[in-house]
Amino acid sequence: MEGVGLLSAAASLGHRVGAVGRHPVARRVGEAAVTLLGVSILTFVLLRVVPGDQITAAYGTAAGDLTPEQVEALEAYYGINEPVLSQYLGWLGGVLTGNLGVSATSHLSVLSMTAQSLPNTIELAVFAILIGLALGVPGGMLAASRPGRARDQISQLTSLIALSVPSFLLAAAVSSWLVNTIGWYPNGEGYRTLLEDPLLNLQQMLLPALVLGISIAPPILQTTRAAILTVRSEDYVRTARAKGVTGRRLQVRHILRNALIPVVTMSGLQFGFLLGGALVVEQIFAIPGIGRQVLLGLEQKEYAVVQSTVLVIAAMFVLVNLLTDVVYRLVDPRVRVQ
Amino acid sequence: MSAAADMHEVPEVPTTRASGRWVKAFRTPGGIVGLILMAIVTTLALLAAFGVGQDPATQEVSDALQGPSASHWLGTDQFGRDIFARVCSGLANSLRVAVVSVTLAAVGGVLLGILAGYYQGVLDRVVGVITNVLFAFPSLLLALALAATLRRSWLTVAIAIAVVYLPIFARVARGPVLTLRHAEYVLAATAVGRSRLSTLFEHVLPNITGILVVQVTLSLSWAILTEAALSFLGFGTPPPAASLGGMVYAAQTLTSVAPWMLYAPGAALILAVVGLNLLGDGLRAALDPRGGNQ
Repeated sequence: MEGVGLLSAAASLGHRVGAVGRHPVARRVGEAAVTLLGVSILTFVLLRVVPGDQITAAYGTAAGDLTPEQVEALEAYYGINEPVLSQYLGWLGGVLTGNLGVSATSHLSVLSMTAQSLPNTIELAVFAILIGLALGVPGGMLAASRPGRARDQISQLTSLIALSVPSFLLAAAVSSWLVNTIGWYPNGEGYRTLLEDPLLNLQQMLLPALVLGISIAPPILQTTRAAILTVRSEDYVRTARAKGVTGRRLQVRHILRNALIPVVTMSGLQFGFLLGGALVVEQIFAIPGIGRQVLLGLEQKEYAVVQSTVLVIAAMFVLVNLLTDVVYRLVDPRVRVQ
Repeated sequence: MSAAADMHEVPEVPTTRASGRWVKAFRTPGGIVGLILMAIVTTLALLAAFGVGQDPATQEVSDALQGPSASHWLGTDQFGRDIFARVCSGLANSLRVAVVSVTLAAVGGVLLGILAGYYQGVLDRVVGVITNVLFAFPSLLLALALAATLRRSWLTVAIAIAVVYLPIFARVARGPVLTLRHAEYVLAATAVGRSRLSTLFEHVLPNITGILVVQVTLSLSWAILTEAALSFLGFGTPPPAASLGGMVYAAQTLTSVAPWMLYAPGAALILAVVGLNLLGDGLRAALDPRGGNQ
């Protein structure tokens, strides 16, 4: 026991002395940087072992008719005759200076493609999170109000079923049902951005955001429920009760406000997930988001596009998680003390 | 059953006590429903796997897009193939991919987690970075990127899904090792000449069985969903083999003429996943003290 006390004393001393290196936020930033480096290596290696390369992508079946000399010249042109390590460093150097490569079919730069697709995905993710919160938080509050009773079990069962319905199935069912019954299907027309045609854009976002919102509501419901149950038995709630605080004020000011902290974290994680995990729904509802950019790249065997886009998605995922962590520290002073 | 369970309530022996809790998991209504659903799903899948009933690949173009009837219980698809046979065969494919991928992920992940927690130092850091990197991708995107780069077959899909879920198991296993490696009975076993690593395997594994079983059950349901999504996108189990995701994709454009093509594989998918989730919840309430609802 004494050893443990000594250790923690030493740790807290070290905390103060090596303020920067040991600061938890600095450590998380360092960790995120290492992770990103690993992510870049993994995406590079992944798309190195792909059957077929840029030459096949650019020339299709005609690549088989090329003479060895032509293949060699093309390999030099695309830089794939260089050693793997220098290829990787070249690609990474390009990425760091904003050069994500160029699509071989459309001749657009991946950077400009991403600049177009990413806002669509972010818009979709924001709407999905709002719907998820609107369904999950009241559901969790309802479940936590009488734990173990009928309303708790019903909301838990509903969330379990919502969790079990794959989003692509829900999307396919909803869109075909709408088309067959009322004939209203805004996503059948070409996609319009929020700036081009706000009214149509919101209609086009409604169904995919609803499908995604339903799929992220269950974790938000579970988190809300668990957090409320934990907070309710905290000392300060008992103190508030002892002071005579009751009813709405107790529920909202003392319980809900504190219980929402983990819900914010969960929403952050889900937001990060949606940036790349929405690709099936983007595909079905024809939202030209970043996930669809990956799918299109895979279909057209545009591995340079896939490689850079996957890297962008993973980088944003890491950054959103890092940000969530930092915000969590700011919102909840108890985490800073630990 | 309860008398037998009570007799085993000897606190000193964790494994027998756990067997009592196993029974408890299947006494919750959710656990029972989950068990029944999984029994139905597994039976259908096994029947298809052993070739009982109609052949899922036989085409009868004159019978294309027929509604449910006595000869075709769930109707036929656009090639006149029997949907019931294809749903069963699709379930068999889902379960095969899920079981293989989760087994690979669990064995690999637990092994990595125990070794990392035990040796710490460089190995632990490397495993930590690998898990962080794998966690940095939305799971479907990573599975998609992996499946797209490998030659398409059900096995490569399973391997891709295994890589995605491996880090979860590594984390589940690593935690308990950190606390147990300095436990006195582990030190005592070392003192009498046992290797510490073998002692760890012997004591850590029983300690994390509960969490592992829950994790395996839930991972099976995620793996089924991931495989279905990959097949839906055209990067999963290749045709002509039946896959539930592929069937949903094919049904999408035909819902106005043949809605049963969408309902049948969709319902099968939901039943399997709900079954596994209910089973996982029942097991968690019974086996994992952290996840209990109390």
